[in-house]
Amino acid sequence: MDLTTFLFYVLAALTGFSAIGVVVTQNIVRAAAWLLFALAGTAGIFFLLGADFVGATQLLVYVGGTLVLVVFGVMLTAQGPFINLRISAIEWAVAAGVGLVLFGVLAVAVWPATTPVYWTDKDAHRDLASSAILGESLLGIEKATPWWRARHYSDPAPRPGSRERKDITALSVNGIDRPRTRVAYLLPFEIVSVHLLVVLIGAAYLARAKRRRTDVEQLS
Amino acid sequence: MVDLLKWIGLPPFIAEALSPIIQVALLVGFVLVSAIYFIWLERKVAGRIQDRLGPTRVGGKFGWLQTIADGIKLLVKEDLIPADADHMLFRLGPYIAFCGSFGAFIALPFADGWAARVLSISVFFMLAVMSSEVFGIILAGYGSGSKWALFGGMREAAQMVSYEVPMAVCVLVPVIVAGSMDLNYIANQQNGGFWNWYLFHDPFTFGAFWTYFTCATASCKRAPFDLAEAESELVAGFHTEYSGLRWSFFFMAEYASMFAVSGIATLLFLGGWNTGLTPALSHVFSHPLESGFDIGALFGNLINVAVFIVKSWLLVFVMMWVRWTLPRLRIDQVMMTCLKYLLPISCVLLLGVSVWQVLVPTALEVWVRVIFAAACLLIVLWTGFKIVSTPSMLPTPSVPAFAAAAKRDQ
Repeated sequence: MDLTTFLFYVLAALTGFSAIGVVVTQNIVRAAAWLLFALAGTAGIFFLLGADFVGATQLLVYVGGTLVLVVFGVMLTAQGPFINLRISAIEWAVAAGVGLVLFGVLAVAVWPATTPVYWTDKDAHRDLASSAILGESLLGIEKATPWWRARHYSDPAPRPGSRERKDITALSVNGIDRPRTRVAYLLPFEIVSVHLLVVLIGAAYLARAKRRRTDVEQLS
Repeated sequence: MVDLLKWIGLPPFIAEALSPIIQVALLVGFVLVSAIYFIWLERKVAGRIQDRLGPTRVGGKFGWLQTIADGIKLLVKEDLIPADADHMLFRLGPYIAFCGSFGAFIALPFADGWAARVLSISVFFMLAVMSSEVFGIILAGYGSGSKWALFGGMREAAQMVSYEVPMAVCVLVPVIVAGSMDLNYIANQQNGGFWNWYLFHDPFTFGAFWTYFTCATASCKRAPFDLAEAESELVAGFHTEYSGLRWSFFFMAEYASMFAVSGIATLLFLGGWNTGLTPALSHVFSHPLESGFDIGALFGNLINVAVFIVKSWLLVFVMMWVRWTLPRLRIDQVMMTCLKYLLPISCVLLLGVSVWQVLVPTALEVWVRVIFAAACLLIVLWTGFKIVSTPSMLPTPSVPAFAAAAKRDQ
């Protein structure tokens, strides 16, 4: 067992136990605290894989933004019935069932990726300019699209587990010329951002302080 | 560090295993020693600005050991947790705050290549890790079970989260000039003379430095944005119920993040570890030995580390100076400053520097830098000369009591 595997087990255990803590704890603010560790553990796994930019974004957006928002909302609105959540046995059973089904789906989807990607070359780890690759992908620059993503829609679907790394400038595979398309993620990215903005405005409108007519009439 | 250990004679496997441990030990030691020094410096600076001396008894004439005495007192204090407090969250708060502040030091380079981990996105990493400090404040405020703590914690969290936005936008300004988020690379771009520093690069980076410094002061909860410690309003904000070592964890976190943001400002705007008067020292002293290890570069880098630390300590001193000079802002003034002033200013600076990078020809850019740097140097020298040469005067006889006393003493 090398250092990377050991660190992965540590981070996975931290994330897993924190996620269990979120579900099991009966105090809603403590659940938010456990969620902090789960999100930080996920960021740690990103750093372990060498995706520094994604890990830092996870910390900035999830921990520093989303979780703070959740905790503010939870803390300032936690009335009596919500501070101590008591869950009945039937709810436990249904939740456990749904969780197992979801776990099964994820496991089946992830399992065929059998070749683990370990950064054993220390210099390669240091020079991984992950933000540059992400920028090029957003703009649809051809070299950044891996060959197994850039496909003509009439190509046959790849067999699960056949994801070999080939030179991304290869223009023909198995003797057949493969026309390359460029995938630019910028437009979907912007659409999702606008969508989030709409959701935020909607939530703020729904949560606005409504004038209570009865108090005003009583005063007059 | 790995090269140094290999040169000493350790086998490569042990050198690589031991190197991160040594780096982390050095960082932790440095942060703690810095915190001890800052606490003493704060009390001395506070004293002098308020026309008194500060600590003078413990450890000789200058009170060097005052912080040690304070530390011993804090260690032996009773560990008190209020009955209404949420035990787990109350205990968790200080540790999260300290880890959030300290984790940023992993990516902070003290000399060329001398960071615990040289990341290609180091300034983004530092901002992201320091943003998780807010959570420690929130947990401390809520978990204390006291209304002063809850109000203080909420206000403090709102302030810290709001000021992260203009701070990040101001950090983007030198990143655009350099073309990289790697602090190591940005500081290397500023080697040579002090006219290469990004502070003088164009008017927009100059403005970005002051705006960044203001946002950094606010995000470190320092005066004039220090509502957390507003004794007159909130008893003591989110750390009301904390005493002893738990309280000192919060303050170590505060001094660590003060040094971290000052370090970022130094690297982004003030040339980092470069002296500003000599070419890159690791090249000047370069002297590779037969084994391939460059001992001259090691010596040059040690000098660079000292220069970096002195520059950052100078910025921390400016933060302390501002604290004891300006009055405290109200919470609505704090939020208004951020949202109505600093955020639009930083957006204008971002736009300006982007336009500058695209439109201004290189020759004009060089002239602007040199003239700017010369003008700032002249202003600094003139100010220093005036401070030193202005005679300090006795109270004037226009005040009757002093006039009588002066007549009596004659």
